[in-house]
Amino acid sequence: MEELIKLVQAEYEREDMPDFKAGDNVIVHVRIREGEKERVQQFKGVCIQRRGEGATETFTVRKISSGIGVERIFPVHSPSIEKVEVVRRGKVRRARLFYLRDKIGKKARIKELRT
Amino acid sequence: MAGIIGKKVGMTSVFDENRKNIPCTLIYAEPNVVTQVKTPEKDGYAALQLGFDEAKEKNTSQPMNGHFKKAKTTPKRKLKEFDFSDMSDASFNLGDTVSVEIFEVGEFVDITGLSKGKGFQGVVKRHGFRGVGGRTHGQHNRERAPGSLGPGSTPSRVYKGMRMAGQMGNERVKVQNLKVLKVIPEKNLLVVSGSVPGHKGAYVFIEK
Repeated sequence: MEELIKLVQAEYEREDMPDFKAGDNVIVHVRIREGEKERVQQFKGVCIQRRGEGATETFTVRKISSGIGVERIFPVHSPSIEKVEVVRRGKVRRARLFYLRDKIGKKARIKELRT
Repeated sequence: MAGIIGKKVGMTSVFDENRKNIPCTLIYAEPNVVTQVKTPEKDGYAALQLGFDEAKEKNTSQPMNGHFKKAKTTPKRKLKEFDFSDMSDASFNLGDTVSVEIFEVGEFVDITGLSKGKGFQGVVKRHGFRGVGGRTHGQHNRERAPGSLGPGSTPSRVYKGMRMAGQMGNERVKVQNLKVLKVIPEKNLLVVSGSVPGHKGAYVFIEK
């Protein structure tokens, strides 16, 4: 029965997504429809979690916009996403970075991962 | 209302042409076998009895085995009657199969199933009551209580149908107007938008 779910999902899964995880700084290029016109908007921030699997997987991006924390949840395989750029890899010790919500300024920094 | 018997597979989500993420339920339905054709002359009404899900002959009673032999088919676990009179262009005989192909993409269907059993539940979960007040101000034992059941000396009884605690779930539920998003005949699959009563693997009746 599980394979039937995979079969339906397979059609929607995207292969072109870069490999990124919590702690990484990403720019999400989102297609937005305004009336007739369509344009691409960028959402830049730090990925604080990835959850789910297969076609229903999502990731959350958090950024500070004019002093206010903004979080957006995107389905990984959403056709509204044109592309995802990974700007910087972060060195973090957990998969869910919810502690960032309580930190501001310098405390909310994440070390860069050097390999 | 033409229909078919199926099994709930589980839920997932798909993207539509507007890139919207739509939650959907998968239903698996092998071609159902016509096990009996009911006619107005003989039975007083017209209907097709369909059988679904393979059963073992040794686990099926002798009278039922005879019934399946008559339709020249193997024993089935689930039988259900459907009224196919609005599909007059298609005529079915004993032993024919009805598959998911009777449904079209974009069509709206009703789905009946047995909802998940929740056991004996209080009024807060069962009927959405808000309980009595809060935790403080001297109250200690009625946070999730139903409160008053009604007025006193008139009518000096509790009205019928008063919502109280009791068995929740494990009852027959019908969900109407679910959109068919996909029909995959080679895998006997049906994808409908929204949720469907019952647990994974539960029998569901899909009618249009």
